[in-house]
Amino acid sequence: MGLSPRPEPSFTELTGDEPWMTTKLDAFVNWGRKNSLWPMPFGTACCAIEFMASAASKYDLARFGMERQAFSPRQADLLICAGRVPFKLAPVLRRIWQQMPQPKWCISMGACASSGGMFDNYAVVQGIDSIIPVDVYVPGCPPRPEGLLYGIMMLQKKVSNERMSDKTLRNEMEPDPKSQLYIPPSVIDEVSEPFGNSVHQTRSGL
Amino acid sequence: MSASFSPVIAGSALGPNAPAPATPRNVPNRGGAMNPTVDAIRARFSGAVQRADVVWGETTIVVDRARVHDIILWLHDDPSQSYNYLSDVTAVEFRDLEQPLEVVWHLRSLPYRRFLRVKVLIEKGSSMDVPSVWDIYKAADWLERECYDMFGITFSGHPDLRRLLMWEQYKEGYPLRKDFPLRGRFSRSEQLRQALAANPEARYSKEELSIADAFEDLPVDMRRRLDTGERTGE
Amino acid sequence: MATTKRTVEVSLSTTGLDAHGKPQRVPLVVDESGQTVALEAPPSMEPDLNGEHMLINIGPQHPATHGVLRLVLELDGETVVRCIPHIGYLHCGFEKIGEYRQYNQIIPWTDREDYLNSPGNNVAFALGAERLFGIEITERCKVLRVMACEMSRIISHLVWLGTTCIDIGAFTPFLWAFQQREKIYEMLESWIGARLTTTLTRVGGMGADIPDDFVSKLSAFVNTFPKVVDEIDRVVTRNGIWVGRTVGLGVMSPEEATNFGLSGPMGRASGVAFDVRKDFPYLDYETYDFDVPVGTNGDVYDRFLVRMEELRQSTRILAQTIKRLPDGPVNVDDHRVILPPKSRATSDMESMIHHFKQVMEGPRPPIGEAYVAVESPKGEKGYYMVSDGSSKPVRWRIRPPSFVNLSAIPAMVEGHLLSDVIAINASIDIVMGEIDR
Repeated sequence: MGLSPRPEPSFTELTGDEPWMTTKLDAFVNWGRKNSLWPMPFGTACCAIEFMASAASKYDLARFGMERQAFSPRQADLLICAGRVPFKLAPVLRRIWQQMPQPKWCISMGACASSGGMFDNYAVVQGIDSIIPVDVYVPGCPPRPEGLLYGIMMLQKKVSNERMSDKTLRNEMEPDPKSQLYIPPSVIDEVSEPFGNSVHQTRSGL
Repeated sequence: MSASFSPVIAGSALGPNAPAPATPRNVPNRGGAMNPTVDAIRARFSGAVQRADVVWGETTIVVDRARVHDIILWLHDDPSQSYNYLSDVTAVEFRDLEQPLEVVWHLRSLPYRRFLRVKVLIEKGSSMDVPSVWDIYKAADWLERECYDMFGITFSGHPDLRRLLMWEQYKEGYPLRKDFPLRGRFSRSEQLRQALAANPEARYSKEELSIADAFEDLPVDMRRRLDTGERTGE
Repeated sequence: MATTKRTVEVSLSTTGLDAHGKPQRVPLVVDESGQTVALEAPPSMEPDLNGEHMLINIGPQHPATHGVLRLVLELDGETVVRCIPHIGYLHCGFEKIGEYRQYNQIIPWTDREDYLNSPGNNVAFALGAERLFGIEITERCKVLRVMACEMSRIISHLVWLGTTCIDIGAFTPFLWAFQQREKIYEMLESWIGARLTTTLTRVGGMGADIPDDFVSKLSAFVNTFPKVVDEIDRVVTRNGIWVGRTVGLGVMSPEEATNFGLSGPMGRASGVAFDVRKDFPYLDYETYDFDVPVGTNGDVYDRFLVRMEELRQSTRILAQTIKRLPDGPVNVDDHRVILPPKSRATSDMESMIHHFKQVMEGPRPPIGEAYVAVESPKGEKGYYMVSDGSSKPVRWRIRPPSFVNLSAIPAMVEGHLLSDVIAINASIDIVMGEIDR
């Protein structure tokens, strides 16, 4: 008994009455990009657990084109920084961001990553935007999965509005070679100042 | 189950007729039944116990700094005490700057179901040197390193007393000391600048290697770099 | 048939359930005479090669390190010769900040320190503070707190189960575990309004009483949850891959385990029969009927079995709490520590003064110190608080169980293969938030 005959690869000649459409290249590329963002969870603390809950069965991040989570920065489009970032972790986060290829985006998930949150003390970076550029901030401590999904959808909206003619869009940040900071020190000091309730609670004891 | 696997059972030394442990109720602030270990220590190490009280039902003894290692070793080894489990090593500094710093060991005797708090006082201005119990309890390894990291207390006898939680080049001091401000000594930008100066790919420092006796096995150029004091650790 | 030490005679499908509905446990290895043989660790099969050692850096950003742990491994071939753990990448100064906060204000920090076990930490902190204040809580509050502790033990073990399964190569149990977690999350949310960071307790009581339908939801959970555990059990416990990757790894003897200070499932798997709930009870745990599983081999597989059994025992305790939940007040009747109701604070002078003093100054405990330990899912979790009579503690010390458990990792992984490091590290059930604080 011989093998069944192989199916012939059939290439149909275009006849000219196939459906077709025109679109802007921007819209087409952005449509592809925004629906296949590969996130890299930089999970440090509580927010990472909520990120896991978002990825698990009930909230199912895969609905937004994030089925494949990249655990290597080299194959990721989107850095989701979930959790607080202490100073000891700052060079690691910076390095991971530098390892990610363009195009890349960053979501700062949770109050601690966005502003230091309730950790206004000697150990915690007061907002990761002093280390790397951030596209979307998701508030909450930790944000609910719905909150993270909303943040991701906001980012998708941002991606779909990008224009390829904007040459500055893909510029890498260039930290100052001496201090490694990419925004002026005075700005960092200013935005890191205590605000709100924590201003009044600096006294030990009483 | 292999023959050498003999389980450690809490309460095993108490016998079958001992009352079952119960949740403590209406614990008084001071006073109450003292841990019988205190009398045994007093009998064995005369004059070493400076003070012993029962605070909220927990027995606290303050002992001489020089003899704390002997006392804890005896507590661990003596079958009538067998404090075989070290819960915690930590330190306390009070807001009243005259008050001495306290180093606290929390010990448990699993066979007798006892709990004992051993303290050593470090008067302000005296040396910050305390004997290490690393040779008795391996659990003390990181606990003492953390205590050194946070308070600057040096545990003599610890083989590897380096910073644990903060990175090795951390310049601001010992965070849990009362003279350390909540937000650190430097400005935020300076803190960030120093943190970003660290090399995240650095693998180890010379101290780490010499512990494991692997320094000699390294390539020559790396040994030279480490010898000149390059700290590649964090 | 002849068995080698490496033989794992396990069929990948299940043989069925026994009369109680539990999956049947068949011996893993049977020798020629039909005797059950305990599995032993595979012998080191690496020949003695005089090659260069290689350094492998795992972490601090790596999915299998369960957080920002960093391990520097020196390898000889694939065998780990030396392991240097680096921690502190998540050091956030909890203990320092605790010295600047009143006792009730610290409770939100306890959520975020061991974030898998937030309700349990809240309870532990409240117990410590109540010891320091000399408060006896009400009976209803005790039962509610036991409920919170056991629910948080279940969600913590479920995260451990899910992530460990992913590490070892099974994805499905992760999804099942997180489905069950969502159920507990929903209950916690209806109770206190938050999913993960609950801030459930207050000094002297609870933040809220349970809502009306809570008990019925909880009993539904208690009825269905053991079936899920059994299902995971069926899929994983006798799975050849699982057994092959966990048996005989990271063995700690009982003496070593005590000396290294291992507690919780880590210690119990190594044959240290020590459970704070049984030996130094709190919250009337001595009146509940539950068993403490103790392992006989001290390897990764035993740790898994101990945690699986603890899931069942926690469910058992939850069922008892539902039965005994008494009526009555939740908070103590002492307005020096518990805020008066808002309606009275705005209408009654005395309540307003209490309200004002508590909010502005905070309740003050007498001078003293207290170390209160509870059995967290990871082990003995202790809060040591020292008061100098002011409304803020002089020192708030967390005794982190997984910190001490993790410090034994060099002793556990050295001599094993690189891929086993992942399994051993997963078996410790580390939470970096608690380790680094």
